[in-house]
Amino acid sequence: MSIDLHTTPSSPPIIELEQIGRVFTRSPVAAERLLSLFGRDPEIPVLRAVRAVDLSVQRGEVLGLVGESGCGKSTLGRIVTGILPASSGKLSYEGQDVQTLTAQEKKRYTLSVQMIFQDPYASLNPRQKVGDILAEPLKVHGLAKGRSQIKERVRDALLEVGLDPAYADRYPHQFSGGQRQRIGIARALIVEPDFLVCDEPIAALDVSIQAQVINLFLELRTRRALTYLFISHDLSVVRHIADRVAIMYLGEIVELAPAADLFASPAHPYTQTLLDQIPSVRNRKRKFHAVKGELPSPLSPPSGCAFHPRCPHATERCRNEAPSLVSIAPGRTASCHLVKESK
Amino acid sequence: MTRQTSKSKPVLEIENLCTVFHAEDGAWPAINGLSLTLQAGEVLGLVGESGSGKSVAGFSVMGLIDHPGEIVSGSVRLKGRDLREMSEEELRRIRGSEMAMIFQDPLTTLNPVLTIGEQMAETIFEHRSDISKATINDRCVELLRKVGITSPAARLEQYPHELSGGMRQRIAIAIALLNNPDLIIADEPTTALDVTIQGQIIAEMQALQAESGTALIWITHDLAVVSELADRVAVMYAGDIVEQGTTDEILDDPRHPYTIGLLASVPGDAIPGEPLHQISGMAPSLAARPAGCSFHPRCERASDLCREKDPAPTSDGNGRMWRCHHPVQASPATDGEAER
Repeated sequence: MSIDLHTTPSSPPIIELEQIGRVFTRSPVAAERLLSLFGRDPEIPVLRAVRAVDLSVQRGEVLGLVGESGCGKSTLGRIVTGILPASSGKLSYEGQDVQTLTAQEKKRYTLSVQMIFQDPYASLNPRQKVGDILAEPLKVHGLAKGRSQIKERVRDALLEVGLDPAYADRYPHQFSGGQRQRIGIARALIVEPDFLVCDEPIAALDVSIQAQVINLFLELRTRRALTYLFISHDLSVVRHIADRVAIMYLGEIVELAPAADLFASPAHPYTQTLLDQIPSVRNRKRKFHAVKGELPSPLSPPSGCAFHPRCPHATERCRNEAPSLVSIAPGRTASCHLVKESK
Repeated sequence: MTRQTSKSKPVLEIENLCTVFHAEDGAWPAINGLSLTLQAGEVLGLVGESGSGKSVAGFSVMGLIDHPGEIVSGSVRLKGRDLREMSEEELRRIRGSEMAMIFQDPLTTLNPVLTIGEQMAETIFEHRSDISKATINDRCVELLRKVGITSPAARLEQYPHELSGGMRQRIAIAIALLNNPDLIIADEPTTALDVTIQGQIIAEMQALQAESGTALIWITHDLAVVSELADRVAVMYAGDIVEQGTTDEILDDPRHPYTIGLLASVPGDAIPGEPLHQISGMAPSLAARPAGCSFHPRCERASDLCREKDPAPTSDGNGRMWRCHHPVQASPATDGEAER
């Protein structure tokens, strides 16, 4: 609804990923090191958490990133914020490769891209008062001078997320899950970012509290003209909050579309499967047609299309040849042999 | 109160059950006069948020409340026999054979140092010592196959950490089913799982339940899951069942403002980008339950009466119950949601 408000066609995307990949591996054990001394390289398993992802996020939009546990969506979110370096590919912030940023530009990038974590119990220091948790980024980056100014910024931040400023003197354990998540949001907002990476920010909250936090995200977006990368496994939440949705499977994006189109006519069989599985209060005693199998291990991905072992429509070609992401309609891409490419 | 005029004898009857937790400054009621009846083969969705007492209700039925918790009053009858009057030894014999429980996190409920086969065999052997090893093995393989586990014989040799979350939950379900129980209590069994795996587990539970005729209490915070699965729904808030009825009644024609709020706060039918209906505030802690109706501080319809007096249950005589001084009126012609 508000993409056009914030984007002029000429401005570069706020974040752009080109062929971003991330592998995890382990260091060789003693025996393996010995082997390599004798010129026989041991095989150390390599886990490809993210494989060659192309994605751009426009200023002002909410991009939903959806997938099952283990698909690489959190790793991708961490790469975007710079917490985790990519193993390959190029990450650009406002059109500039982050590798080539000067120290000052780098600081601007780090401050303007903030992250909100899933577990508000684990992401707040239990030994710090809320006021100190919120003041720390201001002090570290020299964003506010003097006690009174810091105090005022902390006060404003608490008010903005709907908490009583008097809470600054309390410790995290004195708060409920929903309130803690608000503190996490206040901590991200206090450095005045443009872009929030929200990694499953409501998954740990109760139903009635989820609605409150979703509303807070919607409100902040309008008030501060924020851009979100909203990572979630909950499709109904993503449908509510996102402008565009990217579906991720085993380290790759398999479909990308405007939210309304994706939910109205999912193109990729995996997206269709996910949509079928959303429970709804409209269905009564539905006969589930469950998808077979589980997400394969990224240590040994299947040949061809990664989804073929679970896909109801898989053909011989799917087993042998990996599809690539192609345009299927204006603003929509999908990677599936069975979906027709459009120009 | 909620007794139904049905020809068959109910599997489970809970009457006025109170479970408290003792603390330094007193005994706090986690559930407060809960009454519930479950017929053979029925699926009941027990819905509530964290702290509403839904899990404590499940544990109380199973007799798994340990100090500082204590069941202080009420009765729990399984096929007519009062479980509260049984010795621990008798309860042990019933748990795992006539009634079984499935927990939220199968990684913490399965024993990490026993193989799947050992834990399954133990469950059978505990209750029927006359049975041969080969028969036990056959039964285990049969059940693993039933819950959708491939190459079941090989799985029996594996340890829980070698299996995925969905697999482990399937094994927990298989263990619960081993002795053909009359009642299964499943406490948030799919909450920790991905949607595709949740879909698989629900599909299998539906099939197994239809086949075995086991009565099932499905404890969850997710109304959508309940609507896919349950015959009847009971909504809990702060230790009480605030509304109960058939799934259609509860979801299409809710009377209690809390049920209405819960239904409206899920994004399902809302217009994308518009604010969701939210219930203000949060559920009270055990030690700070308000006087009168415990929902009144969060309720839009609250009056002075609600602040003073806890509403008694109102029943329509057909198993439909709500606890509210100002229930939302059933409006057959116009949809009640239109006014919002």
